Amino acid sequence: MNIMTEQSLENAVGEKMSAKSNEVIKMRGDKVGVFYGEKQALFDVNLDVRLNQVTALIGPSGCGKSTFLRCLNRMNDTIDSARVTGKITLDEEDIYDKSIDVVELRARVGMVFQKPNPFPKSIYENVAYGPRIHGLAKRKADMDQVVESSLKKAAIWNEVKDRLQEPGTGLSGGQQQRLCIARAIAVSPEVILMDEPCSALDPIATARVEELIDELRQNYTIVIVTHSMQQAARVSQRTAMFHLGYLVEEGATDKMFTNPDDQRTQDYITGRFG
Amino acid sequence: MGEHHTVASFDEDLGAISKLISDMGDLARSMVAGSTRALLNSDNTLAQRVVSDDAIMDARQRELDDRAITLIAKRQPMANDLRAVVGSIRMAGDLERIGDLAKNIAKRVGTVGLSVTPRDLSHSIDAMAQLVLIQVEGVIEEYAAKNAAALAKLRNEDERIDVKYTSVFRELLTYMMEDPRNITACTHLLFCAKNLERIGDHVTNIAENAHYVLTGQQLPANRPKQDETAMSAPAA
Repeated sequence: MNIMTEQSLENAVGEKMSAKSNEVIKMRGDKVGVFYGEKQALFDVNLDVRLNQVTALIGPSGCGKSTFLRCLNRMNDTIDSARVTGKITLDEEDIYDKSIDVVELRARVGMVFQKPNPFPKSIYENVAYGPRIHGLAKRKADMDQVVESSLKKAAIWNEVKDRLQEPGTGLSGGQQQRLCIARAIAVSPEVILMDEPCSALDPIATARVEELIDELRQNYTIVIVTHSMQQAARVSQRTAMFHLGYLVEEGATDKMFTNPDDQRTQDYITGRFG
Repeated sequence: MGEHHTVASFDEDLGAISKLISDMGDLARSMVAGSTRALLNSDNTLAQRVVSDDAIMDARQRELDDRAITLIAKRQPMANDLRAVVGSIRMAGDLERIGDLAKNIAKRVGTVGLSVTPRDLSHSIDAMAQLVLIQVEGVIEEYAAKNAAALAKLRNEDERIDVKYTSVFRELLTYMMEDPRNITACTHLLFCAKNLERIGDHVTNIAENAHYVLTGQQLPANRPKQDETAMSAPAA
C-alpha cells in the first residue's frame, strides 16, 4: 500500500521533470569551430542556449569558453585572423548569414566584459548611448525613461539617481559593472553575454551582480563565462564544460556539480586538474 | 589525472574524514559484536567495555563533524568530494546511533543475567544477532571496497533481520505467557531485539548513503519491509 503511493509520487515527479526539459532554444551552436590563423581554438561545439535560463560556460584557461561566447554575437569578427565554421542561430536564424546586420545583432545579443569599461562620459550618457545610436528613443522624456528603467533593472538606480551627470568612471568597481549591465540592457537585448563579469569585483559587489543575474533571467537569456565554480553553481541552470577547445559535457547545473558524467568535468570542478 | 587534488592538503583533509569513518565503522562492529556476546554469555566485563566504548564513538563523531564543517568552509568541495563529505556526516550519525544501541543492549546484560540464562531462553535472538553483525561488517567492508552494487544488495538483506525480529517477538511472547516469572528478562530481551533491529535499519541508511557517495545515484525509496509486529493480529 505504501509502495504504491511512493511509486505514483515518483511518476508524478518524473512527469514534471520531462515537461520542464521541453524548453525553447534561444540560440544554437551547431558544429562550431573557430580558427585563429592556422591554429584551431574550438572544435565541433554543439551547444543549445535555452530561453530565460542562465547557461554557464566553465573550463580551465584556454579551453575555448570565451571564444565560444564571442561567437554568439560575432565579436570574433573584430579579430582579423579569426575564422568561424559551423552554424550559430538566434531564434533559428543563422547569425553568420550575409543578410545579418552585425550592429543590430549585437543590440539583440549584448555583452558585459570582465573589467567594467564604462565610457568616459556621464552615467546618464553611458546608458543613453546605445538607445541613441539605435534610434530607440527620439524625445528627451523617452530617453530619460529608458535610462531610468535600465538603471533600475541593473539594480543601481538608487545609488546613482542623484548624480546622473557625474562620470561613470567615478563609480566603484561593482557599481561600474552594474552600469555596464544597465548599458547592455538599455538597447533591449534578448540575450546577454557575460565574460567573467565578477572577476574584478569584491565579494559584496559579486553577490549584487549574481543577484541581478538571477533577476534578469526573467526577461533575458544569459550566457556567462566564469572561473568561479561556485558562481556557476549558484547562478546558472545549465552548465557547459569546455576543455582544450572541445565541449566536454553539458547539462543541468545541479547535476554537473554533484554528479557529472565526464571524468574531466569531475576532475576540473573538484580541483584535480593537471 | 583524477587521483589527487592540485592542493595536496585537500587530499589530507578528505583522507582524515575517511579514516574517521573507517575507525567509527570498526568501533561499531566491535561494539555490536561485544554487546551481543555479553548478552548471550551474561558477560558483565565485556558489557562494561561496550558501555565505555560509546564515549569514544561520540568523540569520533564530534571530531568528524568539526573536520567536515571546516573542510566545507575552507574548500567548498564539489561533485564526488561533496558527496563524500556530506555522506560522511550522515554515515557518522548512523554509526553513532549504532554505538548507542549497542550500549543500550550492554546495559541490560546485568538485569537479564540475574534471572535466567538468556541463551536457553532465546535461540533465535542469537541467530538475529549474527545476522545483524554480518550486516554491520558487510556495510563497512563494502564501503571501504567502494562496491556500490554490493551495498545496494546488502540494503535489501535487512529484510531478513526484520523477519527474524518478528519471530523473536513471537517467541518471547510465548515464554511470557508460559510463565510470568519470565516477563522481566523477556521484556529486556525484547528491547535488545528491538535495538538489534534498529541497528539493522541504521546499516540500511549507511548502505544507502554509501551508495550515493560512490555513484551519485539515490537508491529507490521503497524497500521490502517485513517487520509485522506492529500489524494487528489476524482475527482468531
